[in-house]
Amino acid sequence: MPTRWVKTSFPEGMHYLSGNEAAAEGAIAAGCRFYGGYPITPSSELMERMAVRLRELGGVFIQMEDEIASISAVIGASWAGGKAMTATSGPGFSLMQEALGYAAFTETPCVIIDVQRAGPCTGQATRVGSGDIMQAKWGSHGDYQVIALSPWSVQEMYDLTLRAFNLSERFRVPTFVMAEEAVGHLRENMSIPAKVEVWDRKKEKGGAPFGTDEKDRVPPMPAFGEGERLAVTGSTHDPFGYRKTDDGEVHARLVERINEKILKNRSSIVETESYFLEEADIAVVAYGFTARTSLYVVRRLRKEGMKIGMVRLKSLWPFPEDAMRDVGQKVRKIVVPEMNRGQVAAEIRKACLCDVVSIGQTDGEVIPPEKIFDALRRLSQ
Amino acid sequence: MTRALEKYIRPGVKGTPFCPGCGHGILMNHILRAIDELKMDMKKMVFVSGIGCAAWIPSPHFDGDTLHTLHGRALAFATGVKLFNPDLCVMVISGDGDLSSIGGNHLIHAARRNIDLKVICANNMVYGMTGGQVAATTPKGAKTATTGEGNPYRPFDLCKLVEAAGASYVARFAVTQPVSLINAIKKSLLHVGFSFIEVLSPCPTQYGRRNRLDRPEDMIRELIQRCILDEEAAGLTEEERAEKIITGEFLTWQK
Repeated sequence: MPTRWVKTSFPEGMHYLSGNEAAAEGAIAAGCRFYGGYPITPSSELMERMAVRLRELGGVFIQMEDEIASISAVIGASWAGGKAMTATSGPGFSLMQEALGYAAFTETPCVIIDVQRAGPCTGQATRVGSGDIMQAKWGSHGDYQVIALSPWSVQEMYDLTLRAFNLSERFRVPTFVMAEEAVGHLRENMSIPAKVEVWDRKKEKGGAPFGTDEKDRVPPMPAFGEGERLAVTGSTHDPFGYRKTDDGEVHARLVERINEKILKNRSSIVETESYFLEEADIAVVAYGFTARTSLYVVRRLRKEGMKIGMVRLKSLWPFPEDAMRDVGQKVRKIVVPEMNRGQVAAEIRKACLCDVVSIGQTDGEVIPPEKIFDALRRLSQ
Repeated sequence: MTRALEKYIRPGVKGTPFCPGCGHGILMNHILRAIDELKMDMKKMVFVSGIGCAAWIPSPHFDGDTLHTLHGRALAFATGVKLFNPDLCVMVISGDGDLSSIGGNHLIHAARRNIDLKVICANNMVYGMTGGQVAATTPKGAKTATTGEGNPYRPFDLCKLVEAAGASYVARFAVTQPVSLINAIKKSLLHVGFSFIEVLSPCPTQYGRRNRLDRPEDMIRELIQRCILDEEAAGLTEEERAEKIITGEFLTWQK
């Protein structure tokens, strides 16, 4: 496996950080040395910390003229050989969508942290939401796959940002950390390890950068200036990057591979956590900040004797449909609290035959425990 | 006949995709001549382009690294490449619509930063690839697919625009001025900072035939007659100047 252990530049041990700060440290630990961004609430602290940290480490930080330019510069830096990222929130994430399709189609590793706020549109810039989950999957045109992770704590802002870089390098795909304002601005203890395992994109002299017979379907990726005379294009291209826009077969094969390389490797990407599922009659499925509240409620209700369990989704795309199918076969009902109008609940319905109940909330506040208590008590009767 | 420039063409690429009479093939030749005369190392050159006919000048034809990006975003991609690896010589070759209309914001900001990019803007004054619609560079009164009565608006003066924004090398030449143009491209390659060369390139298919320049040679002849050097324009009246296209090196300074 092309991984290596590297020492972290931030002191090992416990730290009291905000989620946005922790994500920046996770990126640095992963080897990120390029940040192109544009200020937007509630993600800006992440950019500010990257500006300081990359200067310390001799990396490149640039504040671009808008979010389109930010993601474009990130893709350019990635082809120049860098691990590159940006962070944004809803409106900026919308602006980036065309270029994210470019990154998916040209198989460019890059990490985007979306610190979600209450949309649509400008919405509530300083309030929390989780309404970008479907956009993360379907935001750009055409058929493609991405990877999206969902952190629930400051610790996971660090861990999952690091993991996002590793997955992005390994599968050559844009990878999202779908944070929420509440986690981005949360401050709590977290620990930084002495060493982390990082993944670097594979290289191969003379290899085809856009086609492969490898089992994982991920081709090697050289950088500009290495003498490989790369031809990178967002048009339909053959394994060596030659434009083949009028060849249906080349197009179909390419689209299939960029989808299948993610779907076939689902088991290396998807992560879920189960709590008290044995003998459960009802399961709560939650992700992000809402999973914190949900776990608190589920624990309390179990003490009261209710047959209830929980699954936390640590990754959202590719969708953990196998895990959901399994849960759906065990329980009578699945309850999905989330800070949108049921985006993930609808996805679970596709995978499960059991009853799926959505508890959506779109008022810019985190879902309070009482709301989940009430809903679960009502449903268990 | 010797084919001295063939070594700069990516193996397997045959012919160019341009229409008969298009100026972009001539520009392609001029760029490669400048590269050849300076003996540039193609392994360290990255050619970035956007979307449109001019974006196909380097992609995939040039045998260096080519990055064919999204419509309008070539300069933003190029900024990421150059900043991450400053050892690379990054040249942006794209059209007027790509660089100055949809990509106008990136153009002024890249110029403001005076980042070391060599920008060649192939200006055919029209959206060629999509069928000849009006551009931000179409002369007032010119007929296009979307201005049948003549363009009601003034065009950008791209050189003045990037100069005001902070570029440090600015020039304009037509493909009909080969010696001056090749020299300008060479200067741009040696320049450290944001360089911008506007290259007037005829589009007989989409522009000429709608504007009484039916044949490619009519467009070439018109460029030869209308393009004068900056210093030649000094003695002309305002009316005479309006008939001409002022070319030359307008600005050069090192940071």
